[in-house]
Amino acid sequence: MADTNEVLEKVTECLVEALGVEEDEVETKASLTADLGAESIDFLDIVFRLEKTFDIKIPRGELFPESLLSSPEFVKDGKMTEQGLEELRKRLPYADLSEFESDPNVAEIGNLFTVEMIVKYVEGKLAAKA
Amino acid sequence: MRWIFVDRLLEIKKGKYAKAIKNISMGEDHLHDHFPLFPVMPNTLIIEALAQTGGILAGLSHDFKNMVILAKIEKATFHDMATPGDQLILEAEIVEDREEGCRITGRANLNGKRLADVSILFVNLDTSEMNSSVDSYVFTRQFLALLGVDKVLAEIPESK
Repeated sequence: MADTNEVLEKVTECLVEALGVEEDEVETKASLTADLGAESIDFLDIVFRLEKTFDIKIPRGELFPESLLSSPEFVKDGKMTEQGLEELRKRLPYADLSEFESDPNVAEIGNLFTVEMIVKYVEGKLAAKA
Repeated sequence: MRWIFVDRLLEIKKGKYAKAIKNISMGEDHLHDHFPLFPVMPNTLIIEALAQTGGILAGLSHDFKNMVILAKIEKATFHDMATPGDQLILEAEIVEDREEGCRITGRANLNGKRLADVSILFVNLDTSEMNSSVDSYVFTRQFLALLGVDKVLAEIPESK
Protein backbone atom coordinates (compact mmCIF):
# COMPACT_ATOMS: atom_id res chain seq x y z
CA MET A 1 0.00 0.00 0.00
CA ALA A 2 1.14 3.54 -0.72
CA ASP A 3 2.63 5.40 2.23
CA THR A 4 1.42 8.77 3.42
CA ASN A 5 4.19 10.73 1.74
CA GLU A 6 3.47 9.15 -1.58
CA VAL A 7 -0.24 9.88 -1.24
CA LEU A 8 0.50 13.46 -0.18
CA GLU A 9 2.76 13.93 -3.16
CA LYS A 10 0.08 12.78 -5.60
CA VAL A 11 -2.67 14.74 -3.86
CA THR A 12 -0.44 17.82 -4.08
CA GLU A 13 -0.03 17.23 -7.79
CA CYS A 14 -3.82 17.05 -8.23
CA LEU A 15 -4.34 20.27 -6.29
CA VAL A 16 -1.60 22.11 -8.14
CA GLU A 17 -3.27 21.23 -11.43
CA ALA A 18 -6.87 21.79 -10.35
CA LEU A 19 -6.33 25.03 -8.45
CA GLY A 20 -3.37 26.52 -10.26
CA VAL A 21 -1.44 26.95 -7.02
CA GLU A 22 2.27 26.51 -6.37
CA GLU A 23 3.47 23.24 -4.96
CA ASP A 24 4.88 24.82 -1.80
CA GLU A 25 1.50 26.39 -0.99
CA VAL A 26 -0.01 22.95 -0.60
CA GLU A 27 0.78 22.29 3.05
CA THR A 28 -0.98 19.56 4.98
CA LYS A 29 -2.88 22.03 7.17
CA ALA A 30 -3.83 24.31 4.27
CA SER A 31 -7.55 24.82 3.78
CA LEU A 32 -8.74 24.29 0.21
CA THR A 33 -10.97 27.34 0.22
CA ALA A 34 -9.28 29.85 2.53
CA ASP A 35 -5.64 29.09 1.72
CA LEU A 36 -5.75 27.60 -1.75
CA GLY A 37 -8.66 29.61 -3.15
CA ALA A 38 -10.82 26.65 -4.18
CA GLU A 39 -14.39 27.32 -5.25
CA SER A 40 -17.28 24.90 -5.46
CA ILE A 41 -16.53 24.17 -9.10
CA ASP A 42 -13.00 23.12 -8.17
CA PHE A 43 -14.28 20.36 -5.94
CA LEU A 44 -15.61 18.46 -8.95
CA ASP A 45 -12.29 18.94 -10.72
CA ILE A 46 -10.42 17.65 -7.65
CA VAL A 47 -12.69 14.60 -7.44
CA PHE A 48 -12.05 13.78 -11.11
CA ARG A 49 -8.30 14.06 -10.64
CA LEU A 50 -8.22 11.99 -7.44
CA GLU A 51 -10.28 9.23 -9.03
CA LYS A 52 -7.95 9.06 -11.99
CA THR A 53 -4.69 9.39 -10.06
CA PHE A 54 -5.48 6.78 -7.43
CA ASP A 55 -7.85 4.64 -9.49
CA ILE A 56 -10.59 4.93 -6.88
CA LYS A 57 -14.33 5.64 -7.06
CA ILE A 58 -15.55 8.61 -5.09
CA PRO A 59 -19.34 8.52 -4.72
CA ARG A 60 -21.14 11.82 -4.95
CA GLY A 61 -21.03 13.77 -1.71
CA GLU A 62 -18.65 11.38 0.05
CA LEU A 63 -15.55 13.56 0.04
CA PHE A 64 -17.29 16.92 -0.18
CA PRO A 65 -20.77 16.51 1.32
CA GLU A 66 -23.61 18.47 -0.22
CA SER A 67 -26.87 19.71 1.26
CA LEU A 68 -25.54 19.80 4.81
CA LEU A 69 -26.08 23.51 5.14
CA SER A 70 -29.50 23.70 3.63
CA SER A 71 -31.39 21.79 6.26
CA PRO A 72 -32.75 23.79 9.19
CA GLU A 73 -32.16 21.08 11.77
CA PHE A 74 -28.43 21.19 11.05
CA VAL A 75 -27.98 24.94 10.93
CA LYS A 76 -29.45 27.58 13.22
CA ASP A 77 -28.53 31.27 13.31
CA GLY A 78 -25.46 30.71 11.20
CA LYS A 79 -24.14 28.00 13.50
CA MET A 80 -24.14 24.26 13.17
CA THR A 81 -26.49 22.61 15.67
CA GLU A 82 -25.46 19.63 17.80
CA GLN A 83 -27.44 17.47 15.40
CA GLY A 84 -25.60 19.07 12.52
CA LEU A 85 -22.23 18.39 14.14
CA GLU A 86 -23.26 14.80 14.71
CA GLU A 87 -24.08 14.48 11.02
CA LEU A 88 -20.79 16.14 10.12
CA ARG A 89 -18.83 13.62 12.21
CA LYS A 90 -20.62 10.84 10.40
CA ARG A 91 -20.10 12.26 6.95
CA LEU A 92 -16.55 13.52 7.43
CA PRO A 93 -14.88 10.86 9.56
CA TYR A 94 -11.48 11.83 8.17
CA ALA A 95 -11.73 15.56 9.00
CA ASP A 96 -10.37 17.17 12.14
CA LEU A 97 -13.43 18.73 13.76
CA SER A 98 -11.91 19.69 17.11
CA GLU A 99 -11.43 23.37 16.34
CA PHE A 100 -14.68 23.76 14.44
CA GLU A 101 -16.72 22.20 17.27
CA SER A 102 -15.76 24.95 19.69
CA ASP A 103 -17.21 27.58 17.34
CA PRO A 104 -19.32 25.89 14.69
CA ASN A 105 -19.83 28.97 12.54
CA VAL A 106 -21.02 27.73 9.13
CA ALA A 107 -18.92 30.37 7.40
CA GLU A 108 -15.88 28.49 8.67
CA ILE A 109 -16.98 25.11 7.42
CA GLY A 110 -14.73 25.37 4.39
CA ASN A 111 -11.74 25.23 6.73
CA LEU A 112 -12.52 21.60 7.43
CA PHE A 113 -11.54 20.72 3.91
CA THR A 114 -7.80 20.58 4.23
CA VAL A 115 -5.05 18.89 2.28
CA GLU A 116 -4.62 16.52 5.21
CA MET A 117 -8.30 15.58 5.09
CA ILE A 118 -8.01 14.59 1.45
CA VAL A 119 -4.87 12.55 2.15
CA LYS A 120 -6.66 10.70 4.97
CA TYR A 121 -9.69 10.11 2.81
CA VAL A 122 -7.58 8.71 -0.04
CA GLU A 123 -5.62 6.50 2.36
CA GLY A 124 -8.89 5.10 3.67
CA LYS A 125 -10.04 4.42 0.12
CA LEU A 126 -6.78 2.72 -0.82
CA ALA A 127 -6.83 0.59 2.33
CA ALA A 128 -10.37 -0.52 1.56
CA LYS A 129 -9.32 -1.43 -1.96
CA ALA A 130 -6.26 -3.44 -0.91
CA MET B 1 -26.55 38.90 -32.67
CA ARG B 2 -27.22 35.44 -31.23
CA TRP B 3 -24.64 33.64 -29.23
CA ILE B 4 -24.73 30.50 -31.33
CA PHE B 5 -21.50 29.13 -32.73
CA VAL B 6 -22.69 25.79 -33.96
CA ASP B 7 -24.49 25.70 -37.30
CA ARG B 8 -25.41 22.07 -37.45
CA LEU B 9 -24.90 18.92 -35.50
CA LEU B 10 -23.62 16.07 -37.68
CA GLU B 11 -23.24 13.24 -35.26
CA ILE B 12 -23.87 12.50 -31.61
CA LYS B 13 -23.30 9.42 -29.49
CA LYS B 14 -24.72 9.63 -26.02
CA GLY B 15 -22.06 9.76 -23.34
CA LYS B 16 -19.28 9.63 -25.91
CA TYR B 17 -18.90 11.90 -28.88
CA ALA B 18 -20.41 14.75 -30.89
CA LYS B 19 -19.49 16.34 -34.17
CA ALA B 20 -20.79 19.65 -35.52
CA ILE B 21 -19.98 22.31 -38.06
CA LYS B 22 -19.51 26.03 -37.84
CA ASN B 23 -19.36 28.11 -41.01
CA ILE B 24 -17.56 31.39 -40.65
CA SER B 25 -19.14 34.32 -42.43
CA MET B 26 -18.36 37.98 -42.94
CA GLY B 27 -21.99 38.47 -41.86
CA GLU B 28 -20.86 38.07 -38.27
CA ASP B 29 -20.43 41.50 -36.76
CA HIS B 30 -17.41 40.81 -34.61
CA LEU B 31 -15.28 39.82 -37.59
CA HIS B 32 -15.35 43.44 -38.72
CA ASP B 33 -13.56 44.43 -35.55
CA HIS B 34 -11.42 41.36 -35.13
CA PHE B 35 -9.61 42.66 -37.06
CA PRO B 36 -10.41 45.50 -39.47
CA LEU B 37 -9.30 44.36 -42.94
CA PHE B 38 -8.03 41.13 -41.40
CA PRO B 39 -11.03 39.10 -40.22
CA VAL B 40 -10.16 36.11 -38.03
CA MET B 41 -12.54 34.13 -35.84
CA PRO B 42 -11.50 35.02 -32.28
CA ASN B 43 -9.96 32.09 -30.41
CA THR B 44 -12.30 32.71 -27.50
CA LEU B 45 -15.23 32.06 -29.83
CA ILE B 46 -13.63 28.89 -31.14
CA ILE B 47 -13.55 27.75 -27.52
CA GLU B 48 -17.21 28.78 -27.24
CA ALA B 49 -18.10 26.78 -30.37
CA LEU B 50 -16.37 23.70 -28.95
CA ALA B 51 -18.05 24.30 -25.58
CA GLN B 52 -21.44 24.43 -27.28
CA THR B 53 -20.74 21.18 -29.11
CA GLY B 54 -19.50 19.61 -25.87
CA GLY B 55 -22.36 21.16 -23.93
CA ILE B 56 -24.97 19.48 -26.11
CA LEU B 57 -23.14 16.19 -25.64
CA ALA B 58 -22.95 16.74 -21.88
CA GLY B 59 -26.64 17.66 -21.80
CA LEU B 60 -27.66 14.55 -23.71
CA SER B 61 -25.91 12.36 -21.09
CA HIS B 62 -28.71 13.30 -18.73
CA ASP B 63 -31.41 13.71 -21.39
CA PHE B 64 -31.20 17.50 -21.23
CA LYS B 65 -32.70 17.49 -17.73
CA ASN B 66 -29.85 19.46 -16.21
CA MET B 67 -28.48 22.82 -17.00
CA VAL B 68 -24.90 22.41 -18.12
CA ILE B 69 -22.52 25.13 -17.03
CA LEU B 70 -19.07 25.72 -18.43
CA ALA B 71 -16.99 25.63 -15.26
CA LYS B 72 -13.38 25.58 -16.39
CA ILE B 73 -11.35 25.86 -19.51
CA GLU B 74 -8.37 23.78 -18.55
CA LYS B 75 -6.49 23.92 -21.76
CA ALA B 76 -6.84 25.72 -25.07
CA THR B 77 -4.23 25.45 -27.78
CA PHE B 78 -4.47 27.01 -31.21
CA HIS B 79 -2.48 25.93 -34.21
CA ASP B 80 -3.87 28.11 -36.97
CA MET B 81 -6.40 30.82 -37.85
CA ALA B 82 -9.93 30.56 -39.23
CA THR B 83 -11.26 33.18 -41.63
CA PRO B 84 -14.57 33.92 -43.41
CA GLY B 85 -15.50 31.17 -45.84
CA ASP B 86 -13.91 28.51 -43.67
CA GLN B 87 -15.88 25.62 -42.26
CA LEU B 88 -14.82 24.34 -38.87
CA ILE B 89 -15.45 20.74 -37.94
CA LEU B 90 -16.04 20.67 -34.21
CA GLU B 91 -15.55 17.46 -32.31
CA ALA B 92 -16.16 16.84 -28.63
CA GLU B 93 -15.49 13.73 -26.63
CA ILE B 94 -16.44 12.96 -23.04
CA VAL B 95 -13.38 11.78 -21.17
CA GLU B 96 -14.81 11.69 -17.67
CA ASP B 97 -18.43 11.68 -16.67
CA ARG B 98 -20.33 11.65 -13.41
CA GLU B 99 -23.62 12.87 -12.02
CA GLU B 100 -22.26 16.26 -10.99
CA GLY B 101 -20.54 17.07 -14.26
CA CYS B 102 -18.12 15.95 -16.91
CA ARG B 103 -14.84 16.70 -18.59
CA ILE B 104 -14.63 16.88 -22.35
CA THR B 105 -11.88 17.32 -24.86
CA GLY B 106 -12.70 19.28 -27.96
CA ARG B 107 -10.99 19.65 -31.27
CA ALA B 108 -11.64 22.04 -34.13
CA ASN B 109 -10.45 20.95 -37.55
CA LEU B 110 -10.09 23.04 -40.67
CA ASN B 111 -9.54 21.40 -44.06
CA GLY B 112 -8.53 18.20 -42.35
CA LYS B 113 -5.94 19.95 -40.21
CA ARG B 114 -6.01 20.55 -36.49
CA LEU B 115 -6.92 24.12 -35.64
CA ALA B 116 -7.57 24.01 -31.90
CA ASP B 117 -7.56 21.66 -28.93
CA VAL B 118 -9.41 22.32 -25.70
CA SER B 119 -10.21 20.60 -22.46
CA ILE B 120 -13.33 21.80 -20.66
CA LEU B 121 -15.02 20.99 -17.36
CA PHE B 122 -18.82 21.18 -17.22
CA VAL B 123 -20.92 21.19 -14.08
CA ASN B 124 -24.52 19.93 -14.10
CA LEU B 125 -27.11 21.98 -12.30
CA ASP B 126 -30.31 20.23 -11.47
CA THR B 127 -32.90 22.76 -12.56
CA SER B 128 -35.67 21.08 -10.57
CA GLU B 129 -33.91 22.23 -7.40
CA MET B 130 -33.78 25.78 -8.60
CA ASN B 131 -36.61 28.04 -7.70
CA SER B 132 -36.35 29.96 -10.90
CA SER B 133 -38.24 30.50 -14.06
CA VAL B 134 -35.03 30.86 -16.02
CA ASP B 135 -34.80 27.99 -18.44
CA SER B 136 -31.68 26.90 -20.14
CA TYR B 137 -32.01 28.38 -23.58
CA VAL B 138 -29.46 25.95 -24.91
CA PHE B 139 -31.65 22.95 -24.23
CA THR B 140 -34.99 24.27 -25.30
CA ARG B 141 -36.63 22.14 -27.97
CA GLN B 142 -36.48 25.12 -30.24
CA PHE B 143 -32.74 25.43 -30.05
CA LEU B 144 -32.12 21.71 -30.34
CA ALA B 145 -34.39 21.56 -33.38
CA LEU B 146 -32.58 24.50 -34.91
CA LEU B 147 -29.29 22.67 -34.74
CA GLY B 148 -30.82 19.46 -35.99
CA VAL B 149 -30.17 17.59 -32.74
CA ASP B 150 -33.53 15.85 -32.90
CA LYS B 151 -32.91 14.89 -36.49
CA VAL B 152 -29.49 13.43 -35.76
CA LEU B 153 -30.88 11.54 -32.76
CA ALA B 154 -33.71 10.16 -34.86
CA GLU B 155 -31.55 9.12 -37.79
CA ILE B 156 -28.85 7.34 -35.84
CA PRO B 157 -30.40 4.74 -33.58
CA GLU B 158 -27.20 4.17 -31.59
CA SER B 159 -27.22 7.85 -30.64
CA LYS B 160 -29.83 7.17 -28.00
